[in-house]
Amino acid sequence: MTPEPPTLDKPPQTRDNLVEVRGVHFTIGSRVIYKAVDLDIARGRITAIMGPSGTGKTTLLRLISGQWRPAQGTVHFDGAHVAKLSQNDLFEQRKRMGMLFQSGALLTDLSVFDNVAFPLREHTKLPERLIRDIVLMKLEAVGLRGARALYPAQLSGGMARRVALARAIALDPEMIMYDEPFAGQDPISMGVLLRLIRRLNDVLGLTSIVVSHDVKETLGIADYVYVISDGEVIDHGTPQQIRDSRSEWVQQFIHAEADGPVPFHYQGTPYAEDLLNGSRR
Amino acid sequence: MTTMQRGFNTATGWMADLGRGAIFLMRILFSLPGLILKPRLLIEQIYSVGVLSLVIVVVAGVFVGMVLALSGYRLLVGFGAEEALGTSVALVVVRELGPVVTGLLFAGRAGSALAAEIGLMKATDQLSGMEMMAVDPVKRIVAPRFLAGVIALPLLTSIFCVMAIGAGGGYFVGVDMLGVDAGSYWSGIQSNVDFGEDIINIFLKSGVFGAIITWVAVYQGYHAPPTSEGVSRATTNTVVIASLAILGANLMLTAVLFGSH
Repeated sequence: MTPEPPTLDKPPQTRDNLVEVRGVHFTIGSRVIYKAVDLDIARGRITAIMGPSGTGKTTLLRLISGQWRPAQGTVHFDGAHVAKLSQNDLFEQRKRMGMLFQSGALLTDLSVFDNVAFPLREHTKLPERLIRDIVLMKLEAVGLRGARALYPAQLSGGMARRVALARAIALDPEMIMYDEPFAGQDPISMGVLLRLIRRLNDVLGLTSIVVSHDVKETLGIADYVYVISDGEVIDHGTPQQIRDSRSEWVQQFIHAEADGPVPFHYQGTPYAEDLLNGSRR
Repeated sequence: MTTMQRGFNTATGWMADLGRGAIFLMRILFSLPGLILKPRLLIEQIYSVGVLSLVIVVVAGVFVGMVLALSGYRLLVGFGAEEALGTSVALVVVRELGPVVTGLLFAGRAGSALAAEIGLMKATDQLSGMEMMAVDPVKRIVAPRFLAGVIALPLLTSIFCVMAIGAGGGYFVGVDMLGVDAGSYWSGIQSNVDFGEDIINIFLKSGVFGAIITWVAVYQGYHAPPTSEGVSRATTNTVVIASLAILGANLMLTAVLFGSH
């Protein structure tokens, strides 16, 4: 049975959630990234995490995947307390996750083909002929079957991310985390990628987390959206609920307005004062 | 903060680094048995750190051998003992210069390359990407490079010694240019260089040096800040720390291996 769509006041609960983040507090050095963040990632849905640059959206993916551990609070993946897993158990869980890094994170000494084949060769005992067929299928899905002999240094940023996506889905994971998947894509690739994320999610029954600040694209494919800023969840709900949000902050963000509660400038001394003190750097 | 406090903080920082390095070394050592199932990874790295270091080692060996023969001849001929040239060149090369100079060259050529490669892999999220694919970078990337260094350096050291003593180096200058008797040159080496004491010991020494250099290199690369400056500093640190560590370890090993004679 398809679960009820989540509402603004009531995020998806319990067994419907593949990931549950509760009271997470995280700092890097003296900088507070998260202060008591709660959010849920519903199974079979595309959940978007949105917010301006530097709000710790990628950090959230690293916390969910167990690469980093929160100072306080818990992250559960399918009921397992991620921070308390042994390395072996954590790696077993990660075989159920795929992650598309912002940079692509392709192995630079391997060709496109070998990059996509890498997880298959590491974790399966499939014959090379079958691996070849799977790799070609994944590359066909991202439109780069013809580029299989190229090396990462020969790819554009957008192409590298598409290869990374093919690699992320090579093991048919249950959940895929997309870190800024739309950055650097041309309009055609963007359209294909949007459809691909939606299709992968629906056809394979995946759970997807899309971290992005591309408002139009993200609201176009997401089932549920969390908006994060200043270490907190500012708002959450369906894309329509986010569009209709009464929060000035959310309205400024989704309409890309210069004026509003979110400052464009990093905190500092007044501009005029800075210019008048010419001797100071 | 007083000078004493700063000194104390620096010292505790070094101790903490050493502790982290020791834990990292244990992780590497526990990962080594897994290489039995993936010998290709090891062979690739032996090629990368060993075969690609051959040119510099061969050229350095030839020049060091020639210089030793030249300066040794000037010293020995004053006592009418030039027939001992082969012995003196061989003992100096085999016992000290071979392992140390090859180790220093290896730290500069292969150690810096290892640190830069692993540091860049970290900076470009390749190590994180592997972790996300449930592949342990210590097993897949670090362990093969470490073992390759331990295997390659003794082989490179023996090649260095052969080049320094042999036809291209000391022999060429001593016998072909300065007229030392070829029979005396070789027989002196044969009767004074002991297989058990000298040859086995250079393998022991250079094996230890190989472990030190690659340990320092992979640790520096793996823990480098993911920036261009961080990678640059890791590369520099590798060469400086590994070189000093080799010189210190050489003193200790020489005292242990040859101290009783």
